[in-house]
Amino acid sequence: MGGILVYALHDGEGNFNKNSLGALSEATSLASDLGAEAAAVVVGNVSDDQAQSLGNYGVTKVYRASDVPEGLAQPIVDVMAKIIQDDGFSYALFGGGLLGFEIGAGLTARLDAGVTMEVTSVKVADGKLVSERPILGDSQIADVGYVSEPGIIIGRLNAFDVKESGGTAEVVDVNVELSEWSTRAEMITRGEQRGEDVDIEAADVLIGGGRGLGSAEGFDACEELAGAFPNGAVAATRAVVDAGWYPYAAQIGQTGKTVAPKLYLAVGVSGAIQHKVGMQNSEAIIAINKDANAPIFEFSDLGVVGDLNKIMPKLTEALKARKG
Amino acid sequence: MKICVLVKEVPDAAVQKRIDPQTMRLDRSGENNLNPFDTHAIEAAVRFKEGDELPVDEVVAVTMGPDSAQRALQKAVALGADRSVHLCDDALLGSDVCATGKALAKVLESENPDLVLLGQQSDDGECYTIGAVVAEHLKMPSLTQVVGIEVEGDKLKCERQAEYGYDTVALTMPAVISVGDAINEPRYPSLKAIMGAKKKPLDTKAIGDVGIDAAEVGDTGSKTTVIALNEPPAKEAGEIIEDEDTAETVEKIVAWLDERKLI
Ligand SMILES: Cc1cc2nc3c(=O)[nH]c(=O)nc-3n(C[C@H](O)[C@H](O)[C@H](O)COP(=O)(O)OP(=O)(O)OC[C@H]3O[C@@H](n4cnc5c(N)ncnc54)[C@H](O)[C@@H]3O)c2cc1C
Ligand SMILES: Nc1ncnc2c1ncn2[C@@H]1O[C@H](COP(=O)(O)O)[C@@H](O)[C@H]1O
Repeated sequence: MGGILVYALHDGEGNFNKNSLGALSEATSLASDLGAEAAAVVVGNVSDDQAQSLGNYGVTKVYRASDVPEGLAQPIVDVMAKIIQDDGFSYALFGGGLLGFEIGAGLTARLDAGVTMEVTSVKVADGKLVSERPILGDSQIADVGYVSEPGIIIGRLNAFDVKESGGTAEVVDVNVELSEWSTRAEMITRGEQRGEDVDIEAADVLIGGGRGLGSAEGFDACEELAGAFPNGAVAATRAVVDAGWYPYAAQIGQTGKTVAPKLYLAVGVSGAIQHKVGMQNSEAIIAINKDANAPIFEFSDLGVVGDLNKIMPKLTEALKARKG
Repeated sequence: MKICVLVKEVPDAAVQKRIDPQTMRLDRSGENNLNPFDTHAIEAAVRFKEGDELPVDEVVAVTMGPDSAQRALQKAVALGADRSVHLCDDALLGSDVCATGKALAKVLESENPDLVLLGQQSDDGECYTIGAVVAEHLKMPSLTQVVGIEVEGDKLKCERQAEYGYDTVALTMPAVISVGDAINEPRYPSLKAIMGAKKKPLDTKAIGDVGIDAAEVGDTGSKTTVIALNEPPAKEAGEIIEDEDTAETVEKIVAWLDERKLI
């Protein structure tokens, strides 16, 4: 039985992503059930100390490809494919995010391997890994197995908890020749922040605004509503951030922030899975949406079917009147 | 140059999707539609053809799916594709991501495109992976979830949001790009375009026509297997208010918040 190889994503300076650390912890516990080892792979600018520190999440070995740029999938496919083949890993595991999807997909093609994505949990059955993958808008959960090795597992955002176990890892530097096509993509700028640096994590109440607001101006009404609550702030979906209606720093979801306020009040948000994963642990969820079939109503505590343009101003007024 | 756009037929959003418990596959008998996310990829291709930044001769819509998937291709053509290719073969039934990517790559190889565009996700599968799988087989650079493309010579400068903010990446063509839904506002097809779509060339291909080995696709070629289907843990259904009288609705919301000490 080969081990589990985990990609540890970082910001370019060796500060690892929380979801990758969760994947390392998960791989460590799965590997021990399989009687195998878990290892990490890092690329780009990662110091000895930073690489060794991954041992704190249970892995015993860290492969480091310093010459390979962080942030682009295909060069990392080259690195991971070589390590998996040379050292006989049985599985590759990724935490939530975007790059993990692209690398996992690339490995599927390169290694003729089975892949599961949006995986919420992994279990061991008969000495093999089985992924739990929610499908059809999370209405069912498929248990998916792999018919050959390696198996590629791409986790859902926040699926795996970070567990520190203490310990350091051995760092092995690897040199990998990149495929010709992997060198035909070039990162020009990475991780650019768009819009103001707003703070949404400290708020008790978040008003989540989506495309249903109709325009950037729609967010003025959200800010008014947020102001009517004690310690309220405004959050957003990717659709509206991509459209330039609201700052990236306020984005919730797979490629944004994860929040768990006392109240999340979603207006004009459909409730796509990639948004849900960033806010589903809120203590209370209210949704205002004109479409009775919107997925957000599936996980709201209070759903209001109606036009936000009619309801929001009146709600703000009523709350302000109470506040006095 | 030639742009191929990968499009998929998906169950209509208004139809309750279900898995056939016998085959463990999606029941595709309901009302079907062109994957809404793919209309953005077609629009992006058609705008390239209409503009003068890229010398586009042809936009070709390509799908893999059952007989009914023809309708998705006709919609793609009504939205501006010049012709379409339908990979349709019983041997493809049950293909997982690995097998689907292989099959689509083979059809694309037979078209030899300079650029391949896809949607950000399929509405039924929600894998966001097909683009990266296909790119690897075609040995082309790729990027997913792209919301802006600028042409600079033989390079496409693409921007997209990843886990740390917005990335700008230059890809040298030929390349594979999946586009996010914020990239453009797809046009509505004109009645004339809808009527004309049925007359545009539609090539139907079996696996043998594009050199796909039956053992590599379908159930036999798939590398994953669905072992069981389970219900998610039961969750208490939320309360629903239909807004009829807004003053009353607001009163109910305030009372609900009050009860939970949220105001
Ligand atoms: C790899 C990947 C990563 C992603 N990452 C993220 C992420 O981090 N965060 C994120 O949010 N999304 C993310 N997405 C995008 C996600 O799939 C959805 O496209 C997005 O969340 C939709 O945003 P929305 O709800 O604002 O828009 P829509 O889905 O368009 O929903 C708008 C809603 O507004 C309602 N509405 C319209 N008008 C009114 C009205 N007058 N009154 C009341 N309701 C109205 C409509 O009924 C609709 O339900 C990602 C997607 C992919 C593939
Ligand atoms: N069977 C198919 N035929 C053609 N294109 C597909 C097919 N499946 C997926 N795609 C393309 O891949 C994109 C992403 O799909 P997915 O990876 O399934 O979320 C879709 O938006 C389509 O452009």
